[in-house]
Amino acid sequence: MSPQNHKNNLTPKNMESNGYSTGKIMAKEARNHSSPCESMDSMPWFGMDIGGTLCKLVYFEPKDITRDEANAEVETLKNIRRYLTKNSAYGKTGHRDTHLQMNNVRIRGRQGTLHFIRFPTSEMGNFLALAKSKGMANLVTTVCATGGGAFKFEDNFKKEVNMNLAKFDELHSLIRGMLYIETTNPHECYYWSNPTDNSKCQKVPYDFSEPYPFLLVNIGSGVSILAVYGPENFKRISGTSLGGGTFLGLCCLLTGCNTFEEAIELATGGDNTKVDKLVKDIYGGDYGPFGLPGDLVASSFGQMNSKDRRNTVTKEDLARATLVTITNNIGSIARMCAVNEKIERVVFAGNFLRVNPISMKLLAYAMDYWSKGTLKALFLEHEGYFGAVGCLLQFNGESS
Amino acid sequence: MAAEIDGEHSHPQCIKLPPAVEVFANLKNAQTFAIDIGLSLTKIAYYSTISYRKALYEDAEGLGNSGERAYKVFEGSRLHFVKFETRYIENCLDFVKKNLVDVERFHGKSIKVTGGGAFKYTPLLQEKLGLLVDKEDEIDCLIKGCNFLLKNIPCEAFEYHRHANPEYKFQKAEPNIFPYLLVESDEVFERIGGTATGGGTFWGLGSLLTKRKGFDELLQLAERGDHRNVDMLVKDIYGGDYSSQGLPGELIASSFGKAVACGQPKFSEADLARSLLITISNDIGHIASLYATVYNMDKIYFGGYFLRNHPLSMHTISYSIKYWSHDKVKPLFLRHEGYLGAIGAYLYGTEQSDKYSWLENYAGSSGFNDSVPTDLGMKIDQLEIDQAEYIVTFCPLLKDPASYNPDTTDLAQDKEARDYWLQCFEESVDKFVARAIHSQPHSPTAKDRGSKLKEKYINRLHYLHTQPVAYGALTVRILLDTIEHCMKEFDFPDPYLHQKKKENEEALRHLHDRITTLDKLEGAEKIKALILGVLSGNIFDWGAKDVAKLLETTDFGFKEAQTKIPGRPWLEDNLDDWIHRLQNGQPHKCAAIFVDNSGVDIILGILPFARDLLQRGTKVILCANSLPALNDVTYPELVVTLRDAAKICNVIKQALEDNTLIAMETAQAGPCLDLSRLNLDLCLAMVKHNVDLIVIEGMGRTLHTNFHAKMKCDCLKLAVVKNRWLALRLGGDMYAVICKYEPSKTKIYDIGIKSKTIGDKKTIEDCPSMYKTDNGNVQMR
Repeated sequence: MSPQNHKNNLTPKNMESNGYSTGKIMAKEARNHSSPCESMDSMPWFGMDIGGTLCKLVYFEPKDITRDEANAEVETLKNIRRYLTKNSAYGKTGHRDTHLQMNNVRIRGRQGTLHFIRFPTSEMGNFLALAKSKGMANLVTTVCATGGGAFKFEDNFKKEVNMNLAKFDELHSLIRGMLYIETTNPHECYYWSNPTDNSKCQKVPYDFSEPYPFLLVNIGSGVSILAVYGPENFKRISGTSLGGGTFLGLCCLLTGCNTFEEAIELATGGDNTKVDKLVKDIYGGDYGPFGLPGDLVASSFGQMNSKDRRNTVTKEDLARATLVTITNNIGSIARMCAVNEKIERVVFAGNFLRVNPISMKLLAYAMDYWSKGTLKALFLEHEGYFGAVGCLLQFNGESS
Repeated sequence: MAAEIDGEHSHPQCIKLPPAVEVFANLKNAQTFAIDIGLSLTKIAYYSTISYRKALYEDAEGLGNSGERAYKVFEGSRLHFVKFETRYIENCLDFVKKNLVDVERFHGKSIKVTGGGAFKYTPLLQEKLGLLVDKEDEIDCLIKGCNFLLKNIPCEAFEYHRHANPEYKFQKAEPNIFPYLLVESDEVFERIGGTATGGGTFWGLGSLLTKRKGFDELLQLAERGDHRNVDMLVKDIYGGDYSSQGLPGELIASSFGKAVACGQPKFSEADLARSLLITISNDIGHIASLYATVYNMDKIYFGGYFLRNHPLSMHTISYSIKYWSHDKVKPLFLRHEGYLGAIGAYLYGTEQSDKYSWLENYAGSSGFNDSVPTDLGMKIDQLEIDQAEYIVTFCPLLKDPASYNPDTTDLAQDKEARDYWLQCFEESVDKFVARAIHSQPHSPTAKDRGSKLKEKYINRLHYLHTQPVAYGALTVRILLDTIEHCMKEFDFPDPYLHQKKKENEEALRHLHDRITTLDKLEGAEKIKALILGVLSGNIFDWGAKDVAKLLETTDFGFKEAQTKIPGRPWLEDNLDDWIHRLQNGQPHKCAAIFVDNSGVDIILGILPFARDLLQRGTKVILCANSLPALNDVTYPELVVTLRDAAKICNVIKQALEDNTLIAMETAQAGPCLDLSRLNLDLCLAMVKHNVDLIVIEGMGRTLHTNFHAKMKCDCLKLAVVKNRWLALRLGGDMYAVICKYEPSKTKIYDIGIKSKTIGDKKTIEDCPSMYKTDNGNVQMR
């Protein structure tokens, strides 16, 4: 998304003003879950990450409610809990990713379950209407939010559901959330073994207990690339506007599809070699002098300037080519950033990777092949939710 | 190799074109071929000998007698590059086959082939020309071609600044070209890495997303579009800037992000094309800057089909590079980027290439982005590069070779000057052509050639009017050089030969009197008279329109000229400093004098001046053009003139015998002086004789060029401004005087040029300039 290469400019002072205690304590707390118990008063606990395409909502459902608390709990709060946890679809476009649900987590002394919900940012109006209908306006005054939408929709939240948004920096939340989930969920981090061989290829858990330094490539609508040296020590070193939004936008234009899931499904059945020009299409085989394999894409969409070829390709082929183009490009940029920063582990996150093993395997292969095995591509189960989780962790009942 | 002939030499068969541009010129004699077959464009390179006539000064026996005998035919070498769309490759090969003399001589020989189409077209090449295909690596060829161009072609590389004045900022001839990064954006394979996102992606996706199917159509469409309707900007997500990360709201967050399930599209095809162009440019720029960072380089040269010097794509790439590299990396483009592979392939197939200096032939090359229609039903571009007869290098006494720019005015930037000079040259061309035809009274074809020359030159001027940067920087020097290239091209080797001879002979008759007059003077008076003599002599310039009229119509002599010199103070007047220097300083060890016109100028102006220096104990190297330009003294002419002057003046006679007066050639072929391309032998002599004074004479050499040139040693620049417009512009009037004396402030020492001998030719080790400076060694790879 952006090329700026500078340190995160959040100062401890303004973090505190955002209801953030201090980094060290929070990080420690995230690891040993031993901070004092918090009351129900500040509930419900939400973390929200409003991106360019998707809005991610993380909800903490307390499971350790005492009888006294239950008696004291207002009806609205119960209704909201019931509504969120009993359904996995909200309206036409809201989804709860039940497979990502995390039980028995402790946050600020409370035991409970984390729920992961997403809906298109374009549905923000409907979301606010729904929240209003559930009586949210009567409950909390402050919700923690990050992502661009936290700024863009701030007025709407205030006006429609009487909510103040406590805004947190996107990248900071991302890293906090990622570190928390990674330590909480033993199978969070994994890699793909044998990415080029479908029969042998599988997810293998990766021990990420000594994480630093690592490169974090967050692929949302656009891409941010962060070099992370410690929980509070990171910088955004690069980014590109060719991200998930580009994939979906191009796919919509090229195939007439409407959703990410459709686009991925089309791509799964397609063949990009009907669309791209490969090294072997130019050289008849491998390009010896530079060790470029014949199957390597030399020119993305390189065959599509021919009318005949255009007439024979399918929607599926086009979707696949789009996916491969975007993925390989991100791979190249990430790889060079890793080389520049002298970092060997590259963690890919973001909702572009959701239901998208094709891209993950491509990235895994590209990192390994072009670095001659020195770079390792790592992936995370909760792909796109770290920003929202990071936000939730920063929630402080007293903030307003 | 020279053979004397009587008649005209005939031009080899070539395709004749309306604006007198020949395509596949000199094909008949073609020797070595190389070909770069790209997916879209093919470039054929061939080396050919060209015969041209040189006028022989000594044998020019006056007009009308055996005057035509005063020519000898020489063989020069020229590299020809022809670029056309790959789909016409078969027609072109047929044409080549048909026009090659004795095509069988190529059977069994090999041709260097590179490019993505090398594989596909191998059988065709073998079938058509009987040549064995010898594939050469594409990247190696690109790099070799790039080095060759940067080293040999002035103004090859440029920066592009859209809507700035000037838009094109050309790089000076540079002693340091390495290291750099080359990005070829056709099918992008760089030496160090690559991306599959390139021109093919733009074309392919563009064809899918819009109804436009041609590459250029897509680029045109992109000119009209607005990417903000298609791309998701930071402000679309944040509502404004993302200030905590310093990302402005206008920045693209997600390319094509607004095209997601849009229902009713709010964007046009033009918007899509624009967005696509920006997406791909940004991406190439991003990846190239990352490579530049990894490999620690600050210059990136771009080439390839995607750019083809198209302003919009150059603009977007430049923007992207500067953005991603935080202005640390300079994006550069090449005027002849399309020829890199073909040049490289050619160089791999030959051994002689790198030993010589080469020159762009302005007469035979089509301009920047300028295709020429042909009889073959397709458009082609072409480039001709002449093998220089001399090895050239930077003048060893230039203060800062890296920043040296010969030209005083950039006409591309200065519209007023451009309009004036283009107009001025257009008005002068009739005179030049008449003189050229007149110089060959016995030739039945002279008139025809003359009118073709005129047509070509005028076409060129008109073209430059609309495309000022078609041949790199546009300067008075280039306009003058183009005349000389055209003269040579149309076989008018030295139109002023007889005029020069006549004037030299006439002036020699007055030399004795002139010397006697001067010798009556002493001290400051004499120094001043000598300078006035040089200035008066400098008025005799057939290149200056107004003076030429004067010379033609009146009995204008040295005395008349002296009266034209205005009173002091002059426009540039350091005469007193010069006098002070000569009277109070140590005599100079050696002076290099760059001379201007024949006749009165050299004989009554320069020779007495040189004689005085000799008498002061200063050695003198007289530096004259190697090839004719207007009525400028040429080296062969200078040798004869000195021999004749020695019969009149004992000082000159003795100095020639003692080798304290030396005539040398500059390797220049125009009325200006490019000190970055000076004859190597002269440079070596300047070092050997410890030149500590440089005298440059004439408008072309001190005003159009070198006016701002700084030397390590004392430098005296003398000229009379014989152009009213220019004089007024400089703040003077007609015949305004430039007498600019710039004493050296530092002691010069430790100057050296290395040279080594290859065969019987001297050459400089693999670089245009290798010299030591006061700061230490400047060394190149």
